[in-house]
Amino acid sequence: MATVLSAQGLSKEFRGFRAVDDVDLDVTEGSVHALVGPNGAGKTTLFNLLTGFLAPTAGRITLARQELAGRPPDQIARLGVARSFQISSLFPQLTARDHVELALQGGTGLGWRFWRSDRRMARFRNRALELLDEVRLANLAETHAGALSYGHKRALELALALALDPKVLLLDEPTAGMGVEDVTATVELIGRVRAGRTVVLVEHNMKVVATLADTVTVMQSGRVLVEGPYADIRRDPRVVTAYLGDADASD
Amino acid sequence: MIIRLLAGRPILLAVGLLAALTLPWVIYPPVAMDMICWALFAVAVDLLLGFTGLLSFGHAAFWGTAAYVSGLIAVHSGLPFPVAVLAGALAAATLAVPIGWLSVRSTGIYFAMVTLAFAQLVYFVANQWRGLTGGENGLQGIPRDLFGVDLSDPFFFYYAGLPIILAGLWCAWRVVRSPFGRVLVAVRDNPARARALGYPVEKYKLLAFVLSAALSGLAGGLFAIGHGFVSLQEVYWTTSGQAVMMVVLGGIGTLWGGVIGAGLIVELNDYLATAGFEEIGIVTGTVFAATVLIFRRGIWGTARHLLTGHSGRRGRAGAGRSAAADGEAVRA
Repeated sequence: MATVLSAQGLSKEFRGFRAVDDVDLDVTEGSVHALVGPNGAGKTTLFNLLTGFLAPTAGRITLARQELAGRPPDQIARLGVARSFQISSLFPQLTARDHVELALQGGTGLGWRFWRSDRRMARFRNRALELLDEVRLANLAETHAGALSYGHKRALELALALALDPKVLLLDEPTAGMGVEDVTATVELIGRVRAGRTVVLVEHNMKVVATLADTVTVMQSGRVLVEGPYADIRRDPRVVTAYLGDADASD
Repeated sequence: MIIRLLAGRPILLAVGLLAALTLPWVIYPPVAMDMICWALFAVAVDLLLGFTGLLSFGHAAFWGTAAYVSGLIAVHSGLPFPVAVLAGALAAATLAVPIGWLSVRSTGIYFAMVTLAFAQLVYFVANQWRGLTGGENGLQGIPRDLFGVDLSDPFFFYYAGLPIILAGLWCAWRVVRSPFGRVLVAVRDNPARARALGYPVEKYKLLAFVLSAALSGLAGGLFAIGHGFVSLQEVYWTTSGQAVMMVVLGGIGTLWGGVIGAGLIVELNDYLATAGFEEIGIVTGTVFAATVLIFRRGIWGTARHLLTGHSGRRGRAGAGRSAAADGEAVRA
């Protein structure tokens, strides 16, 4: 399988502190690739680098042979790397459908048409409802984001990322702060939407990683510690000491 | 239900139009002219403050530049006054491109300060360039020509200028209710998310800035022709401040609020000046402070909130969050 998203020698330094240190990453098309590691390992920084929210100090990022490093986030989003945020980041006054319509419009030039009526955005309605249906929010399409439950907000985040029709979907801790039931539902949801898509996810919950991930990259102190299928890395002694040992003990 | 209907758009529009058409019968026509010019200026400022989340403290630069450009064109070319006014608006929009480009990268108080600094720069240039602007003497003797029709009577000039203001107000309404307007509100409420959805936030802010400046210029140009005179006051920072005050008084993010705020402030200024009161600022300042303390959403914002039980489709009351930096916190 071909590599769709790759990083080479990627580093990010904050005033002498290397949050991401010489990271190589190859994401295979059609796979689910999990980034795990203890807090402060640099996973979210890596996400921000891949999506342009941070500029790398050194290194390259390519999406299907296209250089991404140095491009602004909106351009990277339009090129095909969509992300969700660790903390739900929505517009409280807009309905779920408004959100998805706005996301669908992002890839078109319609957003610039200040002389047109906003009724023109109705052209996105059907697709928006389809996407909401895909994440099981069809019956909440007209609910304001501020009134959605936590789990529903996360599902809406996912719909927004899907609306960009991305080549790669980056999910930052999709199950963070969820109870057992919501985690199960989210895992089921991601398992369904991953069909035909490439997903990179940061995740702390090892059960989620075990269920979804084809490849796992373990990070520690900004570096890649080890990479491989879940079954292999969970037995790796380095990983057990660095991270999994703690998680297993707390499970 | 009936109240909802009364607050509905067609009724409001009819009332507003009726008020605009009868205004010079009710109040002194030159004051009526000032009122509608300031109304458009305030609405233009609201486009930026209420719908983009940017508090500009330098819009006098656009109002004043358009005033000078319109005045100069009318004085030197003898073209019909609407052409001069449009040229003024175009000049304001052109000036807004570099100023906006350098300003929209900052948010909140920094944006206000950067725009204020640029406006002071424009003031300095207008003051120094005496040969063109007349400096402290002002630009005088601006004609009101419209294909030889005599418009020297302010009563008739009001009706000649009103269509320009109405067209400007319609433009502002169109922008807010456009796909672009929807993106602006998203940029205002959560810039990081808007970026992640593929919207180049700074470019959207820049276009909003230029549109707002163009509408301010339309108002400023007509104001200059109406007075037949442009003074340095038009590019002075208190002019920027007064426009912001009108918006806050009427209600941020409501469009109508700017119109109401402008009407009140212009009427109050005129009343106090006619009564021979010299420290007008003390009274308007007190009225402003009291209104904002009692009605946090402004006059129209509060009225609409009470009538319909919600704060409108997309407008947001309260200036507190105009520092749109909140969503930028993802750079963790």
